[in-house]
Amino acid sequence: MEILLKAEKIGEIGGLTVTNTLVASTCVMLFLMVIALFIKKSRYDLKSRFYNFIEMIVDGFMSVIEGVVGRGRVAQQIFSIVVTFFFFIILNNWFGLFPGFGAIGFYEPKHHTEDSGETSEHVVSEEAAGAHNEEAIEGEGNKEAEGGEHGEAPEGGHEGEPEMVFVPLLRSANSDLNMTLAIALVSVMFIQIITIRSVGFKNYIGKFFNFSSVILFFVGLLEIISEIVKIFSFSFRLFGNIFAGDVLLIVISSLVPYIAPIPFMGIEMFAGFIQALIFSMLTLVFVNVSVSHDHS
Amino acid sequence: MTKELAIMGIMVAAAIGPAIAIGWIASTALSAIGRNPEAAKNVQGNMILGLAFAEAIAIYALVVSFVLKFV
Repeated sequence: MEILLKAEKIGEIGGLTVTNTLVASTCVMLFLMVIALFIKKSRYDLKSRFYNFIEMIVDGFMSVIEGVVGRGRVAQQIFSIVVTFFFFIILNNWFGLFPGFGAIGFYEPKHHTEDSGETSEHVVSEEAAGAHNEEAIEGEGNKEAEGGEHGEAPEGGHEGEPEMVFVPLLRSANSDLNMTLAIALVSVMFIQIITIRSVGFKNYIGKFFNFSSVILFFVGLLEIISEIVKIFSFSFRLFGNIFAGDVLLIVISSLVPYIAPIPFMGIEMFAGFIQALIFSMLTLVFVNVSVSHDHS
Repeated sequence: MTKELAIMGIMVAAAIGPAIAIGWIASTALSAIGRNPEAAKNVQGNMILGLAFAEAIAIYALVVSFVLKFV
């Protein structure tokens, strides 16, 4: 049972580290693009069942958003980003529950980490340390066959041979803090931009820096802190839920491998839906609060 | 050993607040539904939203304890 907080690196393309969460989120992105192309193809085709289904979904979202911010320009502006957040997060969460996530992968020699407190007794030879990156990428099949023999080998395996660690090829994208932090940053930036657009730059700045009285000055400081805290609360909520779900599934399936994980899969599907809903609804509510801030 | 105790302490302390909050939210939502059964659907949606917020507080502590455990 190996649980890592950090997404595992599976390769490198031109200096860009490719992690397994990046692969999973790219798959979801491609899926969404294909769906979008299909929608474009069947656009205005009222006989098409698919188009009518999509139109129903879009209509439902539009009525929810108009129920919060009211009919008008703001609803049109925020519709696309709120719905994109919803679909991207929910598909990532559900995609991460597919069989094969965390199970399909390859074996790789363990990285020689300098920052581990105690120095390990057997030093990995320089050739092995230098060559393992290319080997890991090119010789996957070879490594897998080799790693199968002592894949479960505990710490400090055979002498002379580097220790092998399992690197899964796919991992639920939202169980990586980088991913959720990125979405949270996009969301908070979007809130700022929409606010500037609708109340004007002067009013926007005036909300944070107000020198007319001492109390209003401190209220402005609190407003700045609340904007920063939004980023953390967005990202940690999503990350914590999805990562905790993954850990829960791993623990349950290591205790009782066969029937027991099924109800927990159901719980995770529900949690994935709820988190996607929460994320998009919160973006919506924050936009509503900050846009109507200076109108009153 | 102290690290395990710290993780235990974090989770015990952080589970109390959300537990009370979740119980309160569910009980008031149920009494609201009991008083006005037509509004059940509306109350249910808002209740789940509130439950997720209360749960998120425990999740923050869970993240902290994961960081302590696995990093």
